[in-house]
Amino acid sequence: MGMKTYAGKTVFGGIAIGKIRIEGKGKTIVKRCRIENVEEEIKRYHDAMKKASDQLKKIHEKAVSEVGEVNAQIFEVHMMMIEDDDYVESVENIIRTQNMNAEYAVASTGDNFAKLFSGMEDEYFRARADDIRDISDRLLKILADSNEKDSGETMVEEEKSSDNTTLLTEKQEPVILAAQELTPSETVQMDKSILLGFVTQYGSVNSHTAILARTMNIPAITGIEPRPDWHGKMAVVDGFGGELIIEPDEKTLLQYQERLKQLKEEEEQAKKLIGLENITKSGKKIKVYANIANVSDLYSVLHNDVEGIGLFRSEFLYMEGSTLPDEEKQFAAYKQVAQTMGGKKVIIRTMDIGADKKLSYLDLGEEENPAMGYRAIRISIKQPELFKTQLRAIYRASLYGNVSIMYPMITSLWELDKIMEIEKEVQDELKEAGIEWKKMERGIMIETPAAAIISDKLAEKVDFFSIGTNDLVQYTLAVDRQNGNIGDFYNPHHEAVLRLIQTVIRNGHAQGIWVGICGEMASDLELTDLFLDMGIDELSVAPVFNLAIRKKVREHE
Amino acid sequence: MKKFTYTITDPVGIHARPAGMLVNAAKSCGAKVTVSCNGKTADASKLMALMGLGIKNGMEVEVMVEGENEDKAFIEIKDFFQNNL
Repeated sequence: MGMKTYAGKTVFGGIAIGKIRIEGKGKTIVKRCRIENVEEEIKRYHDAMKKASDQLKKIHEKAVSEVGEVNAQIFEVHMMMIEDDDYVESVENIIRTQNMNAEYAVASTGDNFAKLFSGMEDEYFRARADDIRDISDRLLKILADSNEKDSGETMVEEEKSSDNTTLLTEKQEPVILAAQELTPSETVQMDKSILLGFVTQYGSVNSHTAILARTMNIPAITGIEPRPDWHGKMAVVDGFGGELIIEPDEKTLLQYQERLKQLKEEEEQAKKLIGLENITKSGKKIKVYANIANVSDLYSVLHNDVEGIGLFRSEFLYMEGSTLPDEEKQFAAYKQVAQTMGGKKVIIRTMDIGADKKLSYLDLGEEENPAMGYRAIRISIKQPELFKTQLRAIYRASLYGNVSIMYPMITSLWELDKIMEIEKEVQDELKEAGIEWKKMERGIMIETPAAAIISDKLAEKVDFFSIGTNDLVQYTLAVDRQNGNIGDFYNPHHEAVLRLIQTVIRNGHAQGIWVGICGEMASDLELTDLFLDMGIDELSVAPVFNLAIRKKVREHE
Repeated sequence: MKKFTYTITDPVGIHARPAGMLVNAAKSCGAKVTVSCNGKTADASKLMALMGLGIKNGMEVEVMVEGENEDKAFIEIKDFFQNNL
């Protein structure tokens, strides 16, 4: 045998090490039998419906408290599906006209309705077939429990297949669960204390089950077919790389144990700070946010109890594909981040491409000096169609959480006027199309000396500033940060840079807006005290630095 | 009988949750509401039938309201579409 690695798709990051448990598609044998008393059988079905609704109500409550209102809504839909007129009519009809038992009627109806959806073109509607199977199974289980009496009715041996996963509820050793698929209600009902990770064959990265796994913080991968002979074997789920390793060799196992230990330590430390405010000893509340460059970074964000996203680098959406990301793709990404963060702040920075971030499919022209060239907001202003697609996606996502917009590479007031003009056009178009959005805070990056110097005027036009120190240092000191030869000259602690930062904070506060730092200097622990003394309101750093900064903030006088 | 046409603006179309809300609205409005799209028609008080239409963002639907209370129901249902879909 020996070690085997299987590649799948990441649903949620994290590492799980443990024995694997295969949830076979246990076939519930649905007996098909004739019944004599039709009305009694229909009553049995209605009793089961009632019980199923009660169960779903409880699951819904559990889901609301574990994964939040929005993600729990699927169970309300299940309740409605169970009471759907057509579904009920179909079941009653089979009982009445064919004199068949309720189990058979439910299984047939469930199959038919699931087929209706699984044949649909659109992925979203196709996925609803799972929901129908889920509710049909629920009814079947209840009916099976109620069918204690086994009267001598005419039995016709016939099997109807149906998923019947035994849920992880009894006390047992923690396991990695592998199954062809898991329904949302199965996912929510499992005992999380004995669940290390998920491996499924089906289920998209956006399925309800995937969303639940993410919100419950359980490493999960999909796209791998479970094999019965894995049952009971040692395995590793690498949720970061989307890999499943069966029977890892000693070296691999050790590596993953080391990684897991590290993750756990981070978590432990985070736990100590959970619930504690990021407040200095003199009582000033400081926002400690995280910078993310991808949806998958959310794992670290959730793990480190981060209170908001201070910089969501939207350019990854532009860099990962071979064409421009359309509105739907962008909307889906922004919405996912906004939803996952709940009501916490998510600051989306509009695309910062150009300079060192080139796109193969978008010709930006050859440049002598790309860092000072056609990049970031300059592209957005000169190619407004590109910009409007992104703005529409952000506006639409605003309904799903606490979203703010931030514009990069501002140097002049007229740029802001132009941006507002384009934003206004987007708002008018959305209004006309009847699409709603929520009012968002609007901020700019201060990353050019020009913006820092006129920050008093810029502050009148926006709701916040976020200082991008990487570019601010390079432009202030005229040191190309890509050039290793002059690394000695790249000094973030240079007095010119620090004075500019102080100016920006002072000017921002004079207009009553908050000022943060999202560049690398924000995670420089040697500078934290200085920034706090300067009056900084927010520090946004890579999630891994979050705890160290929080600790430092709490120690500050 | 009164009818109106409406273009869906909800990004994911008439998906599960808004479909559920529409079913509730249709059941409580006191008239019979049907939704047609792409040559298929569904009773708006039936969740699965409604979802089975597979209505996506940008599609045009025709909504018919029929019954004793149709004037009042018409306004209610139209409002519902405008506010939720």
